Amino acid sequence: MIEFYLDSRSGVAPYLQLIQQVRQALRLGLLREGDQLPTVKDVVRRLAINPNTVLKAYRELEYEGLAAARAGIGTFVTATLTDASLAAHGPLRRDLRRWLARARRAGLDDDSIEALFLDTFRSAAGEDIA
Amino acid sequence: MTAVLEARGLGKRYGRLWALADCTLSIPPGHVAGLVGPNGAGKTTLLHMAVGLLQPTSGTIEVLGGQPAAGPAQLARVGFLAQDAPTYAGLSVADHLRLGAHLNPGWDARLAHDRIEALDLNPGQRAGKLSGGERAQLALTLAVAKRPELLILDEPVASLDPLARREFLQDLMEAVAEQQVSVVLSSHLVADLERVCDYLIVLTTGRVQVAGEVEDLLATHHLLTGPRRDPATLPASQHVISASHTDRQTTLLVRTDAPIHDPAWTVSQVGMEDLVLAYMSQAAGSRGRKPALEAQR
Amino acid sequence: MIWLTWRQFRAQAWAALAVLAVIAIAFGVTGPHLAYLYDASGIPACHAHGDCATLATNFVNELKGLDAVVWFVSIGVLYLAPGLIGVFWGAPLVTRELEAGTFRLAWNQSVTRTRWIAVKLALVGLAAMAAVGLFSLMIAWWASPIDRATGLAASRNGASSVNRLAPLLFGASGVAPIGYAAFAFALGVTAGIVIRRTVPAMAITLAVFAAVQIVMPNWVRPHLITPAHVTTALNTANISQLSTDNNGQMTVTAAVHIPGAWVLSNQTINAAGQAFTGPATKACLSQTASIRACNASLGRLHLRQLVTYQPASRYWAFQWHETAIFLAVALLLAGFCVWWIRRRLS
Repeated sequence: MIEFYLDSRSGVAPYLQLIQQVRQALRLGLLREGDQLPTVKDVVRRLAINPNTVLKAYRELEYEGLAAARAGIGTFVTATLTDASLAAHGPLRRDLRRWLARARRAGLDDDSIEALFLDTFRSAAGEDIA
Repeated sequence: MTAVLEARGLGKRYGRLWALADCTLSIPPGHVAGLVGPNGAGKTTLLHMAVGLLQPTSGTIEVLGGQPAAGPAQLARVGFLAQDAPTYAGLSVADHLRLGAHLNPGWDARLAHDRIEALDLNPGQRAGKLSGGERAQLALTLAVAKRPELLILDEPVASLDPLARREFLQDLMEAVAEQQVSVVLSSHLVADLERVCDYLIVLTTGRVQVAGEVEDLLATHHLLTGPRRDPATLPASQHVISASHTDRQTTLLVRTDAPIHDPAWTVSQVGMEDLVLAYMSQAAGSRGRKPALEAQR
Repeated sequence: MIWLTWRQFRAQAWAALAVLAVIAIAFGVTGPHLAYLYDASGIPACHAHGDCATLATNFVNELKGLDAVVWFVSIGVLYLAPGLIGVFWGAPLVTRELEAGTFRLAWNQSVTRTRWIAVKLALVGLAAMAAVGLFSLMIAWWASPIDRATGLAASRNGASSVNRLAPLLFGASGVAPIGYAAFAFALGVTAGIVIRRTVPAMAITLAVFAAVQIVMPNWVRPHLITPAHVTTALNTANISQLSTDNNGQMTVTAAVHIPGAWVLSNQTINAAGQAFTGPATKACLSQTASIRACNASLGRLHLRQLVTYQPASRYWAFQWHETAIFLAVALLLAGFCVWWIRRRLS
């Protein structure tokens, strides 16, 4: 059983954080098909968040086909994510390494690399609104 | 669906001062509603009118479709936790549970007992000797174990240390998850409410500044930064809540349903705290106006 | 609600029971001795052949030691009890909850405010009345020899001061204390509800109650039943007061003997029925004449005493009147409290 955590400073909505953590766990093999997700009551008890947040996250997971609720018992994992993305990990990781090497050769230190990456990442995501 | 709290033009006057004025709210059921505002904003006044401790001077208020404190049946449907969690100092924890059992037909003794055990409270201990957090938990047990449909809490964690605060909110959320009870709680700190509330009401100087589902509010409010500009030049669909300028730059917090196309602006999300602060400073800047906004679904 | 009222009232109830227990023990210890003294004084047999008045007076005047202490203390406590009840049971009843904020807890349980205040008023009020009534009963049992004696006592001042119809004892005997207790309690609760702070409410309760206890016997009670009048010849042997002034005027009063009665006024009148103010007789004015001469001169004036009084037989009538009045006021105050709590407290 995984344990959720909440980063209140990340700017990401709590229910999205929960979904991300489930996906992460699936990817890393911490959650397998048939495993039970923590009950709403337990999550809410640990994190002191609104039950609707958890319900929303679980509904979204259901919609994506990753989990299914069984009335009276709980919510269970119905799929894995490892196959789909694992194959792409290798080449992506190699590309990233190359880019990092170029950045270092250009003289960027760790903080500058991180800032550049996050800024580009966010504005690419933010382009949907504007 | 009946709103858990329906206020129309609600007002309360003490002498010449209106502690609450022109308050119109419709809080939907199944939510944890946060009432936030500075001290003296009228939060306690509003909540006391909701539980029948105060009579309105003007307007009407309905709770769960009925008049507050109209009779035993109405009283049984609403659980109330007053500010500073009053308890009888001379009565023990067990005595308080007996109090609840004798005075509430819907009392769930099993639930009360389990909660007290889970909280590690000594049943024989006098309430006067409990810590602030323990008293708040005892008072919450009393409110929850009568199995109400609505819980109203007046600044429940204001005087608690951070650990007690977290534990209280954990318990409260667990009760909400288990019993499907709606909650209205007030606080003068946004941080207390951010994690638990999915409906927000901002109250300052006796007036509602904004009320709506947190999701909608966060989706329709944006922070715009860009070159120095007069807020009046913005399109009508964008309502400016707060504005600040340097000689080169303008930062605006706007509410809008439509997408923002102007490329001059950098658009970013607004956190709940910034949203609340913007409305509170707007109210402070323009006293006398009546900006009672509501986010539409 | 009954459980909660009892639980909050528990400590005060035990205190009251403790006081009653101590008094009961004191009575139990001294009662039989007192009864023995009474039998030994010869009063039970005096009707046949004795001067009951003198025997009774002697008996009462010779009460001393433990018996006297117990009697005075118990009378004193019974006088104080209603006031104490008003201050310590009445005033804090609601005010304590208002000051501590616990009314916000109590009024959101599934009982209406009306039921809350009504049960509290009824239970504690009835407890107050019962405690005081029991106390009064115990005193009545213990002091029955004394009561019988004072009924027969002579007119000397020492005896009439223990007369139970007179104001000094009236409020500490019979059923009147029950009325006082109910009234003081209701008064305390009302003061608390209106003033909302415990200590000022206690002070006001005490002040008002004390004022009522002074006003009632002096100005109200005498008129509850039309007093009786009797006119007797002035008995110069009983002259209790005589004064003359420079204008030759004189006033004179003689003590009057009506067993067990409450004398309201005692006026010396002349033959025409008017108050006698003079002129003074030569014998009484003169510095050299003897008392006997003065008395003789007075006797020749054929003066009379007009006595307004309430006879001893009306004791129970007065008791019921008084109790009824105080109970009625108590009920009014209680009704006011219920109304105020329901409608106004906000």
